[in-house]
Amino acid sequence: MSGPSIEAVNLSKRYGSFLALSNLSLKIEGSKCVGFLGPNGAGKTTTLKIFTDMIRASEGKALINGIDVHVDKRKALSSVGSLIESPEIYPSLTPREALSMVSEIRGLPRAEKRKKIEDVVSEVKMEEWLDKKVGKFSKGMKQRINIASALLSDPDVFLLDEPTTGLDPRGMAEVRDIVKSLKTRNRLIFMSSHLLNEVQDICDEVAMIDHGKLLVYDSLSNVTRRASSDGGNIVEIELSREIDQQTVNNDIASLANVSVVERPDPKRIRIHFSGGIQNQEKLLLDLASMKIGMISFHPSTSALEDTYLKLIKDTL
Amino acid sequence: MSKEPGTSVSTTGSRILPTSVSQVGTITKYEILNYFRSRRFFILLAIGLIISGIFTALVAYYGVSNVAPCLPSTCSTPALAFYSFWWGNSITFVIVLSGIFFGGDAISGEFQNKTGYFLVANPLRRSSIYIGKWLGALIASVIVLAIYAGITVGNGLFYFGANVPFQFVESLSFSILYLIAVLGFTFFFSSLFKSSSMSILVTAILFLFAFSLIQLIVANLVQIEPWFIITYGSGIIGNVLMDTYPTTQPIRGPGPGGRDGTTYAVTIPEGIMILLVYFIATAILGLVLFERKEFT
Repeated sequence: MSGPSIEAVNLSKRYGSFLALSNLSLKIEGSKCVGFLGPNGAGKTTTLKIFTDMIRASEGKALINGIDVHVDKRKALSSVGSLIESPEIYPSLTPREALSMVSEIRGLPRAEKRKKIEDVVSEVKMEEWLDKKVGKFSKGMKQRINIASALLSDPDVFLLDEPTTGLDPRGMAEVRDIVKSLKTRNRLIFMSSHLLNEVQDICDEVAMIDHGKLLVYDSLSNVTRRASSDGGNIVEIELSREIDQQTVNNDIASLANVSVVERPDPKRIRIHFSGGIQNQEKLLLDLASMKIGMISFHPSTSALEDTYLKLIKDTL
Repeated sequence: MSKEPGTSVSTTGSRILPTSVSQVGTITKYEILNYFRSRRFFILLAIGLIISGIFTALVAYYGVSNVAPCLPSTCSTPALAFYSFWWGNSITFVIVLSGIFFGGDAISGEFQNKTGYFLVANPLRRSSIYIGKWLGALIASVIVLAIYAGITVGNGLFYFGANVPFQFVESLSFSILYLIAVLGFTFFFSSLFKSSSMSILVTAILFLFAFSLIQLIVANLVQIEPWFIITYGSGIIGNVLMDTYPTTQPIRGPGPGGRDGTTYAVTIPEGIMILLVYFIATAILGLVLFERKEFT
């Protein structure tokens, strides 16, 4: 059986004369996390709403695991957990009751229901609130229950619209950990976000959209490379001890495929290098062998930001 | 692998989805739970109890023969006169309030309060949500109606013993039919708007003022039978409790030169037909509207 997939086929959405989504074609397959980026009004939520049957496409198809959402919604969404625009739960219900309702709608076996609800509520750290009425909850607490609801039936595909909205920094980190753990369980996550560092941290691939049009869909490293002036990648390295300029200029700058090395502060360097993932791996090994006190090595957040700004600017 | 009751073999991978009927049952169950926890259910119950209390006090203070007189020329059973006074005078008001309280924002609230976002993105048809919520509202309303009927019958038993006229049972059946039609109508208006307050306001104005006013104008001034108005159809609830079922009759205007006219009385088949048509038409329209409405 092939992995989970979602596919937008020439998807368009018009509101009168306003074209919210224009001929979007995008196919995502396999277990991975894809960040869906774009400015406000770009069409991110519109796309996710079409995939969850909250709105209808003016043209085109939205397929989940090959099933058209508008032709057979029940079957298409049976394998989807979603979180669109911070839904509200009936305030008089408790999380246990609200999640029971969802589990009954989704056909979770009765014997498993109770444990599954307790497990997902525990995953979002809301055990203490399981039997309190939702009406008394803060926005962040409600969002945690919404995430629990998306996890409940252990779906193959997750459609998440800015899932960390309304959460405090700790909550945001917890949600990121949940999403990361989903990736290890062979799930496909399609997640819109304004937070580039969040996408950088969680996602393997990025789709960028503006004015309803898809600008790019590629792996994170390929996308960031496109915007780089030298066509290369940028990685950021954090060090446990200070590094002098001489080591930077002489030793690091001379490593294979390295084009530019920046030293924003004595414990941090940014390396521009050419090539793909193999060169990145080699660079990591080279730096590790130099024993310069490297404590982290990750693609530059600012590289994604640069790419984002460049692509969005280009469409203005 | 064991199969849950009410589940179908509509599967993706190993997943078994319940049937749509089973999903309707789930929505109904939690809708009722939501009503039982809500203030509006108890407010409506309190209104029903207040009306019952006023009637109980009136009958106890003035005496049943004074409040619901049974004149030998027009009345054969005092018990019928009592039920006509109590049930016939008040039940349509209680039903309309139920419709407004439970149906007024049932669908529009899903949009305004964003609770629909929690439900709609699940693998169930929108019609399952609509029907489930409608059934929830109906059951909650029937509970209020049953309590009101219980108090009415309780008083009837106190004054007249176990002599409950069969016309009361007929009237009770018509009341439930009217409730079904009213809820169909209020759900339709609720689907029309995305604002809860707007849908509640419009249905309240229509049922509490507009329909009665239009019926009055059409019947008395225009002099045509207002068969197209739901409240006219509901006339069978009170009419059936009268000793002699009223009929449409010509009337002479008062004094010389007075205008002749007609007093219209809905017959039982007409009334049933009006209520059924209202329910079927508004239920279909409401369902279509909800299916097409977008969560923007």
